[in-house]
Amino acid sequence: MTEFSFIPLFTWIVSLLAVPGILLFRKRPDAREGITFLAAFLKLGMIFMMLPLIREGKILCFKFGEILPGIPIEFRVDGLGMLFALVASSLWILTTLYSLGYMRGLKEHDQTRFFVCFALSLSATIGVAFAGNLLTLYIFYEILSLSTYPLVTHHGDKEARSGGRTYLSHLLGTSVAFVLPAMIYCYWKSGGDLNFTDGSLLSTNIGSDAGLIVLLAFTLGFAKSGLMPFHSWLPNAMVAPTPVSALLHAVAVVKVGVFCVLRVFTGVFGTDLIAELDIAAVISYVAAFTIIVSSLIALTQDNLKRRLAFSTIGQLAYIVLGVSFLTSNGVTGSAMHIATHAFGKITLFFCAGAIFVATGKKYVSQMVGLGRQMPVTMLAFLFGSLSIIGLPPFGGAWSKWYLFLGALEADQLAMAVVLIISSILNIAYLLPIPINAFFRRPPQEDGQAETIEIKEAPMACVVPLSITAVGGLLLFLFPELGFELAQLLTKK
Amino acid sequence: MDPIIATFIEENIVPNFNYWIYVILMMIGLYAMITKNNLIKKLIGMAIFQTAIILFYVSVGVKDAANIPIISHHGSEHHQMTDLSSETDSTKEIHNTIDKDKYANPLPHVLMLTAIVVGVSTLGLALAISQKIYKSFGTLEEDEILNKLRPGGHD
Amino acid sequence: MTEHFPVLILLVPLFGALIVVLLGRERPDQCWVTSLISLGVSSLISFFTVIAVLSGKVQTLRYRMGGWPESDGYEVGIELRVDILAALVVFAVTFVGFVNTIYSKTRAGAEVRGKVPFFYALIQLLIVGLCGIVMTNDAFNLYVLIEITSLTSYALIAMGNRRAALSSFNYVIMGTIGASFYLIGVGYLYIKTGTLNIDDIRMVLEQKNLWEHQSIIVAFIFIMLGVWTKMAFFPLHGWLPNAYAYAPSMTGTFMAPLMTKVMVYVMIRVMVWIFGNEFVYSSQPMWGEIVIWMSVLAIVAGSLLALARTDIKKILTYLIVAEVGYMVGGSWLADGVGQAGAFYHILSDAAMTFCLFIAASIIVLRVGDSRVNAFDGLFRKMPLTMIGFTVGALSMIGLPPTCGFFSKWYLISAGIEAGHWGYVCALIFSSLVNAVIFFRIFERAYFGKISGVKEDHFPSDSDANPDIRIKEVPWSMLVPLFIASGSVLLLGIMNRSLFEWIQAALKMMNT
Repeated sequence: MTEFSFIPLFTWIVSLLAVPGILLFRKRPDAREGITFLAAFLKLGMIFMMLPLIREGKILCFKFGEILPGIPIEFRVDGLGMLFALVASSLWILTTLYSLGYMRGLKEHDQTRFFVCFALSLSATIGVAFAGNLLTLYIFYEILSLSTYPLVTHHGDKEARSGGRTYLSHLLGTSVAFVLPAMIYCYWKSGGDLNFTDGSLLSTNIGSDAGLIVLLAFTLGFAKSGLMPFHSWLPNAMVAPTPVSALLHAVAVVKVGVFCVLRVFTGVFGTDLIAELDIAAVISYVAAFTIIVSSLIALTQDNLKRRLAFSTIGQLAYIVLGVSFLTSNGVTGSAMHIATHAFGKITLFFCAGAIFVATGKKYVSQMVGLGRQMPVTMLAFLFGSLSIIGLPPFGGAWSKWYLFLGALEADQLAMAVVLIISSILNIAYLLPIPINAFFRRPPQEDGQAETIEIKEAPMACVVPLSITAVGGLLLFLFPELGFELAQLLTKK
Repeated sequence: MDPIIATFIEENIVPNFNYWIYVILMMIGLYAMITKNNLIKKLIGMAIFQTAIILFYVSVGVKDAANIPIISHHGSEHHQMTDLSSETDSTKEIHNTIDKDKYANPLPHVLMLTAIVVGVSTLGLALAISQKIYKSFGTLEEDEILNKLRPGGHD
Repeated sequence: MTEHFPVLILLVPLFGALIVVLLGRERPDQCWVTSLISLGVSSLISFFTVIAVLSGKVQTLRYRMGGWPESDGYEVGIELRVDILAALVVFAVTFVGFVNTIYSKTRAGAEVRGKVPFFYALIQLLIVGLCGIVMTNDAFNLYVLIEITSLTSYALIAMGNRRAALSSFNYVIMGTIGASFYLIGVGYLYIKTGTLNIDDIRMVLEQKNLWEHQSIIVAFIFIMLGVWTKMAFFPLHGWLPNAYAYAPSMTGTFMAPLMTKVMVYVMIRVMVWIFGNEFVYSSQPMWGEIVIWMSVLAIVAGSLLALARTDIKKILTYLIVAEVGYMVGGSWLADGVGQAGAFYHILSDAAMTFCLFIAASIIVLRVGDSRVNAFDGLFRKMPLTMIGFTVGALSMIGLPPTCGFFSKWYLISAGIEAGHWGYVCALIFSSLVNAVIFFRIFERAYFGKISGVKEDHFPSDSDANPDIRIKEVPWSMLVPLFIASGSVLLLGIMNRSLFEWIQAALKMMNT
């Protein structure tokens, strides 16, 4: 089953090695971006090399020396990690292309630093995806927080600085305050073991109360998952350039958060133990609360990126909710939702960025009638919205379907109702945007001509967003791979 | 006098009067070090404090009707004759033949020689530092110095 | 040869100090080289001592000063005793001394003009004293060595400006009280046991079963009070911040990482070697509880006081106060992990404090302002220095893979094992406060405006506009900084083996 392999190491290190290259060619932008592309393709290639092995049910691992007694720094690639790595690294390629168009289109400063930090963040993300034990996970989690900080505060103005402050204080603060002690507690309770297993690190002797506290500490401590009340870093992080919001705050960073929660549920506690201790309900309530409240807040946001951010908070809570059902359908739905939401949300962010590059518009109210001017972008936006809402024929339909099944299987009718309400709210805050863009005319100024010329963002922006929009469609038609990887997790 | 106090003095203070004196001296010194405003007075307190401890140590070595611990003749010839390997045996013999109650314990006195040296050098250094303070502040009163250091205070 | 190592570590800098003073009249320029060589040799010897002690053949090196023989099973003379714990601390002391001497190359001439030979003589004597404290196995000798280190450090601090003189005076008062308390404690022990050798005191205490005796309890309390005063354990910390902040920079960089840490070592040694775990932890269960809550107070208060300061050196000195709380609390948690964790923290805290103090001194020197606004835009102006500073700061916050993370790991796990949640919370609280303190500085260093530079210059353009970089300091300051930050990382990576050695050595003592 478990096989020693260097590929996880190479996959992780390739984006790290890109950093000196990017720095070296800082004076020649084309060569610099070439290196990012090279690293991105190599990374995806290596992940595809591992894919068949993982599908056979093998687990690849790579160990560095033990860093604490009994705990090595270890990479261990299983189905869940594979799924996440696949999503993150394939979207990295598209985001690189997109940021090329975006950053150059806006003539942003500090592009070298931008790409360096991007590569670092990707390494950290892959590190989290492949982490074989809690300590490794924690280390890469922290590295990710630190390496994304310069990206979030890229503009360096007052708003960016205060956004960055919220960002770091929430992410670092919760991880040090909650995750670290919880992790050490697990280390002590399990007798010096932090490796993710198929069963459970802990045993029932932990007791319900302590178990609940530790589980809550983990779930809230991994604040990247955006659960309330530690969610406010995400809207604040929207001061970042859009490619950052797209990849990091729709895919990498936030998914790292829910991924960690998934790992804690399945690898540290084990769903059986949680069921036995009967402590999942609290998590469900927190998640359900987050879903409803964040959707309601999203309705009120006029800034498109902030609206999307609150939507992300809600969607992430789906994933946590799905795991907290403790049923195999729920967990499958959650794992799937990592992938489908990633494709949907990145499309929406790409569109938001494209609109900003082409017209400089940031607010939903300004986008009325924009469909005539940017038909491709707005169509992609529609696709993305439908996928997030979970309507066929888009990928989001599958994950919502399974989440719904999971709720029914767990006999949690209330939660099923929450899912339905939330879907309606999704419709309410997402669909009006493309509908108004296509079917309403922009407010006319006197003497302005009737005809509106098509003026899309640069090709480097439009191509990636079209690809991800179509990707959402393909995920509906060919979801087998995702299922397979997700179900590796629930199979014993 | 109240009989309770009288017995207390008889049982606790009289036999251990050396300890009482050292504690009282020490407290005087400590009081001066902490509460006095003048730096030199603090140093005087420090000297009293250190001397109290020296007295304590010295009084520990005292024995009733004991002599100065200088041992002459005794066992010295014997000592020269033995070789190094049996040295421990010979020292044991010396111990056995010396009546230790006759001599005061020399070790605390020796230790206090060192402690006196330490105390003197501390005092000397402290005086040198207070000289430096006086040169730069023109006073040795702590509150005046702090006043001068306060931003806005005249200097 | 190996058996002479302990005394050689002391003798080399001792004679180095003498030579420096003699040389200073004729050739003051040679002082730096001389003390560099003497401390280099000394740290090399202590490195070999670590290896020798670890090699398995020699677990503990014992050296009888003056060749006094044993008599009746008691040590008569002064004995040096070096086990792995002592060897590690001695190496830390001599190595920091050596690296700090490199740092002082240009600073000594500038900051203590005219007294350069005395500075080098005193710093070497200070190292002799610290190494002696760590190695000696004689309770009274320990007192004398404590006073030697104190005397030299009073003088070293007083070499600074006029505020330094006042701080040094306060330090004299507090230091004398601390050392004298220790001396009283030793006196009580001597009265009851009739010996001064640490191993023998323990032996007699056990043979005569004196544990319950009042004098022994009083002796223990006096020794602890004395040691706490010397290590600036809150609320006895008053002397420390000013003394270290106003001392000449190369004195501060040496004393801040070492003095308090060596006293923590003394505390652990007294607790483990003289009195033993059973007496300390079991006989009076209330003690542990009280001391740990005091250390919680120290951690919280130290962190908050640091948070309230705007002067970078003051911030760092108050953080030392908090870190002392870590170590006292850790060693009083009634189990082996806590002691070993506190001991590991001695090493890691020495490394990170050294790193931060050097970086702060460099920055204060270059920018000419010790307030936090000195950091504005420094990532662009002095990138190398800031890298060093960042490593130290991340370690203070406790992020992996720096050593600060691992010492926090061990201390927190000890706290959890002992079920002392107050201590665990205090550690986490201090981590968070440190994060606030340092990220506030990072934000300034990262975004702060560079005075005299137009706003449209962006960091990546600094290559094109070299004039916005402040010149980095000479290599003699950067190299020490990088050695220090390198050792922060190295200690982190090596934490497992270090921790196992420490635990083994402590276990050996307790059986």
